[in-house]
Amino acid sequence: MQRINAVNDFVIKFANVNGTGSASANNLFAKAVFRMGVPVVPKNIFPSNIQGLPTWYEVRVSEKGYLGRRGGTDIMVSVNPQSMVRDAQEVEPGGYFIYDSTKPLDPRLLRSDVQFIGIPLTDMCLRTYTDPRQRQLFKNVIYIGALAALLDIEFGVLKDLISDQFEGKEKLIAPNVHALEMGHQYARTHYECPLSIRVERRDLVGDAILLDGNTACGLGAVYGGATVAAWYPITPSTSVVEGFQRFAERLRIDPGTGRRNYAIVQAEDELAAIGMVIGANWNGARSFTATSGPGISLMTEFLGLAYFAEIPLVLIDVQRAGPSTGMPTRTQQSDLTAAGYAGHGDSKHVLLFPSTPKECFDMTAQAFDLAERLQTPIIIMSDLDLGMNEGMSAPLQWDDARRYDRGKVLSAEDLDAMSERFGRYLDVDGDAIPYRTYPGTHPTKGSFFTRGTSRDEYAIYTEDGAAYVRNMERLLGKWDTAKTFVPAPELHSAPHQTNTGLLYFGTTTQATMEALDLLAEQGIYVDAMQVRAFPFHADVDKFIESHDRVFVIEQNRDAQFRSMIINEMDCSPAKLVRVLNYDGMPITARLIASAVSAQSAAGAAAKDTSPVAKATKVTHLHKGKVERG
Amino acid sequence: MSYFRPGFRHPELPKNDLGYTKQQYEGAISTLCAGCGHDSISAAIVQSVFELSIAPHQVAKLSGIGCSSKTPTYFLSNSHGFNSVHGRMPSVATGANLANRDMIYIGVSGDGDSASIGMGQFAHVVRRNLNMMYVVMNNGCYGLTKGQDSATADVGSRSKAGSVNRFEPIDLASVALQLGATFVARSFSGDKEQLVPLIKAALSHSGFALIDVVSPCVTFNNNPGSTKAYDYVRQHMQTTSLVDFVPMAEEITTAYGEGESRGVTMHDGSVIQLHKLRTEWNPEDRQSALNALAESRERGEVLTGLLYVERDSRELHETINSTRTPLRTLTEKELCPGSSALETINNSLR
Repeated sequence: MQRINAVNDFVIKFANVNGTGSASANNLFAKAVFRMGVPVVPKNIFPSNIQGLPTWYEVRVSEKGYLGRRGGTDIMVSVNPQSMVRDAQEVEPGGYFIYDSTKPLDPRLLRSDVQFIGIPLTDMCLRTYTDPRQRQLFKNVIYIGALAALLDIEFGVLKDLISDQFEGKEKLIAPNVHALEMGHQYARTHYECPLSIRVERRDLVGDAILLDGNTACGLGAVYGGATVAAWYPITPSTSVVEGFQRFAERLRIDPGTGRRNYAIVQAEDELAAIGMVIGANWNGARSFTATSGPGISLMTEFLGLAYFAEIPLVLIDVQRAGPSTGMPTRTQQSDLTAAGYAGHGDSKHVLLFPSTPKECFDMTAQAFDLAERLQTPIIIMSDLDLGMNEGMSAPLQWDDARRYDRGKVLSAEDLDAMSERFGRYLDVDGDAIPYRTYPGTHPTKGSFFTRGTSRDEYAIYTEDGAAYVRNMERLLGKWDTAKTFVPAPELHSAPHQTNTGLLYFGTTTQATMEALDLLAEQGIYVDAMQVRAFPFHADVDKFIESHDRVFVIEQNRDAQFRSMIINEMDCSPAKLVRVLNYDGMPITARLIASAVSAQSAAGAAAKDTSPVAKATKVTHLHKGKVERG
Repeated sequence: MSYFRPGFRHPELPKNDLGYTKQQYEGAISTLCAGCGHDSISAAIVQSVFELSIAPHQVAKLSGIGCSSKTPTYFLSNSHGFNSVHGRMPSVATGANLANRDMIYIGVSGDGDSASIGMGQFAHVVRRNLNMMYVVMNNGCYGLTKGQDSATADVGSRSKAGSVNRFEPIDLASVALQLGATFVARSFSGDKEQLVPLIKAALSHSGFALIDVVSPCVTFNNNPGSTKAYDYVRQHMQTTSLVDFVPMAEEITTAYGEGESRGVTMHDGSVIQLHKLRTEWNPEDRQSALNALAESRERGEVLTGLLYVERDSRELHETINSTRTPLRTLTEKELCPGSSALETINNSLR
């Protein structure tokens, strides 16, 4: 049998039962590899369920530092009989299938091209532990111990991690280490260790951290000066506000009184959550909420109000697979048009596209400045993949000299010094951003009425069409101003002249970066641009202009990002080629590379206008994931 | 109905303790129908805030959508106002209050805005005991869309168009009491003598104060057969007591015989004086209020006055232990933990 030979370059997948504590054990594995200086990409693939359904945890180990999902499984750790058949089929030829051998393996599962490694996990637990919960929890720790032997992971690293994890609960350290040792011992006694796939210590992670995007957003809100958070629980965004709360409880307590320098309200629904955020921002506090697609739908009316009445707010959308309830625990980038154009009538919103935990932190903190500067909602378009999975990231940084940009706000002194009449919606500076006052500023000056109905420059209700048009035009002017404030795109030029470009954003970034290498290996060179915000920067326009064909990579069915480009810019739709992934799993480099190379070959051969894509993993979808524009 | 209000005022108009005249508490000219009950309520709000000597900019006024929700334009024009979306004023008021606990919040809503589309938000703002006065201008119909029945219309009530409501009404005062409201009153737009002291008491209450004001719609629901018509309410109105509001630091002068009078001292030291109390009712007993409401409803009466007050009410900021300083005034110094704290966090993530 041909074996996969790999050092620091493989994918291991754990098949578990939801609610058995497996995620924390699997995380221990990922972190151990990370602490051995080798880049890791953990992905938790979980069901919409609390207990009992199959769940998977995938760890990609990548010496080259690729942070996207690779696809394929080299080692399957099968601890769930429910999914065993499918799990066994999934292993790459030459890979390994590690299973609980307490019961004999169904011979129908056996494959001649995969090595099967049995460890009697249940049996070992039954013999060692009496408490049912312990039997369940330590089963996970035992297989991590066995993997340490099989994959050559330093045992000391695991022991240190256990000590860190149970700091303050030291009684738990010894039993956990014992369970690790049991697994380690068993593997060494029964199998030749290490396997042909293994880990070797390197110095490749530098000062990187392992952090999930939601926690990073929550922390970004603490640093960005948010004082009011209102939210309604929804997967996969829940841990944003929980993260904010966890850090605020430590970092935002008034030392004199013990009182909180923040307020968190769990609202009755998403409508109320965004309503509270609007009320707080209107009254001068930095306030945010976090939600996912269904919440965006519910918040839409209020988002239109905030756009039209020009109220700052920060909204973190951790996208999941829609429409409707969709696949609530799977990832997608499918709220783009719903968020970008939320609201009836003509309305559009600034979107930011973070691609790493560090960008989640940075963009959340920055969003509060942008919201107050532009007096409009800022929506951060994260997704389940980025939000809920720990990812390797550059360390977070903060410049202590940085000051919050509170935007154009008039104080009582400003109002007293003014000779002209205050006009809430008057474009004084020519940047289409008017001045505002907080309620309670001055006894007789600067008050105005905020409303969703049309009004004139002085916030007086009017149904005069000309005044309405002036206001709508000014809002468009503000949209142009926004382009100069939002994060600029990042260009990756190919080493060779090329007329092909790739556009991508958010979580497709990691897989795209890897795909560029895969394509270069085939001699295909393309320029690539990571878009980081909507409205699109002028550089995006230039990028499209300067290439004959531009692949637009995104994770939804309808190529929403591509539609927004067409909608906002003067470019030919024909040159924008869709590259789509929307099965709920993070996009892979393999998919992107094969789609681009297939199209490149087809394009070079003839002026092919058929929507047929030759890419693997593409043709099994009804219409193909790749189409010509 | 006038479209113009002369700017001239008598130079010696009375001033309140802060030196403001009543003019400085007025709003724009109302565009509601002539005789609309809502305008009387606006006038009562102006009078109350003026007489309580609250600085006009210390008030924020919020509303939803509907005829009632237009009224914040017609009072306190030196206060910031927010006409939000239909049925969602409670959430906007909650956020505003969280941002600055030092201001006074007046929410105005209608029976459609609160008892139908906004029922959920109404229920939850009551539960949270948000520190605000919440006025429902209750006319039993949808005025702005030309007179459809609302959820507070009584069974058997006849609209101007002649249709008879067959659905059970929602009594917002009873609902609020069941949800733990800490101040509940009902009044009538045609009875300023009662309404003004109730508004003053509500503004002094620390926590959620509901005043459900029956406010006839002169255009669509003021006809014979309607239980929200001026005539009907005048004929069927009963009161729990006569209400006087005595602000903190003022002496109580009115004298009543023993057993006829009762004072409820509020959180801020002011006193609600209640006279000629109904014998079966106790203003500090929730169940007694619920019973009184149920019994008067049985008799087809409109029970008005102070229904319930809880003096030791614990408002939202106390429940969530937020700082006494308005959150919106905090700066980088209090809010941003800085780079060294971030380095510690980085280290914990390796």
